[in-house]
Amino acid sequence: MLDSIDMSLVDWSRGQFALTAMFHWIFVPLTLGLSFIVAFMHTIYVRTGDEEWKRITKFWMKLFGINFAIGVATGIILEFEFGTNWSNYSWFVGDIFGAPLAIEGILAFFLESTFIAVMFFGWNKVSKRFHLTASWLTAFGASLSAVWILVANAWMQHPVGTVFNPDMARNEMINFWDVIFSEVAVNKFLHTIGSSFLLASIFVIGVSAYFLLRKKEVLFAKRSTVIASVFGVMAAIGTIATGDTSARIVAREQPMKFAAMEALYEGQTHAPLVAIGAMRTDTTRFPHPREEFIFKIEIPNALSYMVFLTPSGFIPGISDLVYGNEEHNYMSYEERIERGAVAIQTLKELKKAKERGDQVSYEALREKFSDPIWIDQYYQHFGFGYYKGRELRELIPNVKVNFYSFHVMVILGGHFLIFTMLVLWLSLKNRWGNHKWLLWVAMITLPMPWIASQAGWVLAEMGRQPWVVYELMPNITAVTRLKPAAVQITFWIFLLTFTLLFIAEIRIMLSQIKKGPEGE
Amino acid sequence: MFGKLSLLVLQQYWYIIVSLLGSILVFLFFVQGGQTFLFRIGKSESERTILVNALGRKWEFTFTTLVTFGGAFFASFPLFYATSFGGAYWVWMLILFAFVIQAVSYEFRTKASNFLGKRVYENFLFINGLLGTFLVGVAVATFFSGSQFSLNEMNNVSWANGAHGLEAALNPFNLSLGLAVFFLARVLGLLYFMKTIDNDNIIARSKKELIRSALPFVASFLLFAVWLMLRKGFAVNPDTGEVFMEPFKYFHNLMAMPWVLVMFIMGVLAILGGIASGLLSDSGNGIWFAGPGTILVVFSLFMLAGLNDTAFYPSSYDLQSSLTIQNASSTHYTLVAMSWVSLFIPFVLTYVIFAWRALNKKKIDEKEMQEEHHVY
Ligand code: HDD
Ligand code: HEM
Ligand code: HEM
Repeated sequence: MLDSIDMSLVDWSRGQFALTAMFHWIFVPLTLGLSFIVAFMHTIYVRTGDEEWKRITKFWMKLFGINFAIGVATGIILEFEFGTNWSNYSWFVGDIFGAPLAIEGILAFFLESTFIAVMFFGWNKVSKRFHLTASWLTAFGASLSAVWILVANAWMQHPVGTVFNPDMARNEMINFWDVIFSEVAVNKFLHTIGSSFLLASIFVIGVSAYFLLRKKEVLFAKRSTVIASVFGVMAAIGTIATGDTSARIVAREQPMKFAAMEALYEGQTHAPLVAIGAMRTDTTRFPHPREEFIFKIEIPNALSYMVFLTPSGFIPGISDLVYGNEEHNYMSYEERIERGAVAIQTLKELKKAKERGDQVSYEALREKFSDPIWIDQYYQHFGFGYYKGRELRELIPNVKVNFYSFHVMVILGGHFLIFTMLVLWLSLKNRWGNHKWLLWVAMITLPMPWIASQAGWVLAEMGRQPWVVYELMPNITAVTRLKPAAVQITFWIFLLTFTLLFIAEIRIMLSQIKKGPEGE
Repeated sequence: MFGKLSLLVLQQYWYIIVSLLGSILVFLFFVQGGQTFLFRIGKSESERTILVNALGRKWEFTFTTLVTFGGAFFASFPLFYATSFGGAYWVWMLILFAFVIQAVSYEFRTKASNFLGKRVYENFLFINGLLGTFLVGVAVATFFSGSQFSLNEMNNVSWANGAHGLEAALNPFNLSLGLAVFFLARVLGLLYFMKTIDNDNIIARSKKELIRSALPFVASFLLFAVWLMLRKGFAVNPDTGEVFMEPFKYFHNLMAMPWVLVMFIMGVLAILGGIASGLLSDSGNGIWFAGPGTILVVFSLFMLAGLNDTAFYPSSYDLQSSLTIQNASSTHYTLVAMSWVSLFIPFVLTYVIFAWRALNKKKIDEKEMQEEHHVY
């Protein structure tokens, strides 16, 4: 169905997007969370007039600034990369996808950069009250910019509020509110923001633990820890709750992703939840390669219960989805490919009729694209049509990656909840810092939320493969037709540049932390 | 309110907004222009610190305007976004790269253990000033000279050569605008220094440099403007949508839209006036002429490129693939939704201006650099 497409082009383009997005995402969650913590500290300073709180605020603000700069540097690439590397996609969905990106620029980024300037330069230049407002608005501004980009991402995962226009060969928005307030978008926002608060809290607790271990700036460190652990406990609870909802939504809207993240091949009722497991690849089975558990610890019935709130719920496995399951009403991929191919063929004929000037055929074909029954039977499978004559396994996401990233995230989430509750409890009793080993735990925990957060995105994005727009547009049609070599060159350039900048940022951070709040 | 407007009116409205963002962007390139003078004007460490800080308080605006320009173009004319960014891959990648290295340089330059060293970050700023302005000028020039792409029946772009946009930088016409934008940015940077900095050496050197940048600017811009008036343009037949070459098209557009002519002339005069003021007076107010002048000139160029039945992103390779504001735009629904959002722009701008007036009450000098908590 596709005129020759070089898979290495798709892979390099995906690699480049993943590289730049994941770099961006190292810095973004810290920006999102730390901005609120700083605003909170700033408020306490303004309320109490206590100079110690001013030092505390300024110290964390400085770390915030260093992190923010590199967040900006890595963000600009992403904004334009949709055009440079996914240009066909940009056209196919531009009518919907462009709007949130533009709103982000107009509303969020401008205000954010101004608030930040006031926050940094405003200490002696503007009134205390205006200055404090700027700190809060910086925090809200950052979350506001997150809203829009997440709306865009949620729409790719779950396209709603749109219709396909065959004349233009693109999707068109018919309901802005459906796009913004789709369940997927709202939940994605809450989970992302919640997890970012958690990440920042653990960062503050970890850095403070370093001071406590060295018995330097003890008051500063203890105060910072209290604030961060209050934030942390709330964020941990929120993250787990919204993560649970995420999983339920995925089970309903993206069953293939769900099956992959649980490595479930054969569907079943009373499905168990794999708590911990390890896999190896068995190449002899079909659809191969297939992942087999070497060992696993299961919680009986838990998966069915989690999704349906009753153990008798049926969870489809990968085989049910690929080969179909009549009893539970899953259409096979082969059938979906056929139907998708019909939709694509109809579009081609429509274009031809239009070119010939054959108004009658054109009208008849045009009619189909606005007929809800035809849409449901054929257009819904549009993306599958491109897989005619290709291998079925291209339609299955990478099971190992999804399984591990999901489980790493969940296990770490449990650890963070216990950890932050412990820190809060000890802090409130003023016993945090008495046990050296706990401070070491805090230091070791510091990088972990980054792992969880990256794992979350890997799951969200790899789990929806090969779809760029869920079941409508596969990555092979979305990619810009470039020479793979061109993308390879930019990939390496970005890798090199970002790595250098990353090393610089880490070293600057470390040296600022070593210096401590002294100079403030 | 917006829902009642016709699609064409909305397309024009959004073309105007995007053009305004583009013109403001070129004005804000004073940051980039200024960055090319760090070594020439800042002879000592402390002078360079003053220069970097004068620019460092504004760089985010330029950057954000670029991002918003991209986003707004995507939302209102997605076919342009897809075609140009995907097609002219290398030009845009180089531009982006130039901005990535800028974004960290201010914050990291003077920090302890910054890994690459102060000098490297200063060089990053220089590269950004040089490449960023020049390539944007070249890219905008292709609005008049055309690019080598074609679109298939799914509106997917393919580029006719492997240079993916770099070929545009070899075209002398495009070069003339690239150079003009580069030197204009430098002129604006110097005028900005004269306005905001309180340091006699810097002011004196800026004045000396001003004439050296102003002359090449005037020369390259004159070349570009005359060439533009004389060249064939990409006209659209309003009834059939067919694209064809029309001699003196842009000259005709200028005559057909006298308000653009007026804006253009006023803009050019204001830029020249700003330069003259910078050379002749000590008021430092040159930027207040040259800045708005820049906006007027660039804005009128965008109008010439896209209005009056003209293809704003033409293909010289396959004429009928050329993009017009009609065939490249979003739907009525999306443009209406976006138009509601555009009503926030004045409020955002008011806040930005208000905040900056509060921060910028006095000029930047050496004393402030020693006292200020947050220096770059
Ligand atoms: C959940 C939030 C979130 C997510 C998923 C993304 N970003 Fe981001 N982005 C932010 C949250 C954010 C932020 C917190 O607002 C940043 C981080 C540092 C900063 O300056 O703002 C930012 C910066 C930032 C910038 C620089 C803005 C400026 O000029 O200040 C751009 C252009 C983008 N992002 C674009 C993107 C794109 C195209 C993404 C899609 C993959 C993306 N970001 C993912
Ligand atoms: C910032 C956090 C994000 C991370 C860490 C992330 C991660 C990834 C990863 C790992 C891939 C590669 C998947 C693969 O190809 O196997 C990818 C692809 C992609 N992501 Fe994301 N993503 C992020 C945010 C977003 C957002 C917010 C959007 C949209 C607004 C988005 C859109 C895309 C697109 C268009 C691709 C390429 C298409 C494809 O994979 O075939 N991503 N992302
Ligand atoms: C312990 C409970 C957790 C559960 C059940 C959970 C569940 C999920 C699920 C199912 C997704 C995929 C959503 C999708 O594909 O659309 C997801 C994504 C994500 N998770 Fe978690 N998660 C948990 C904890 C965490 C933690 C601790 C962090 C980071 C500190 C985190 C960060 C993320 C991020 C950044 C994403 C991508 C954004 C998104 O798609 O919502 N999660 N999570």
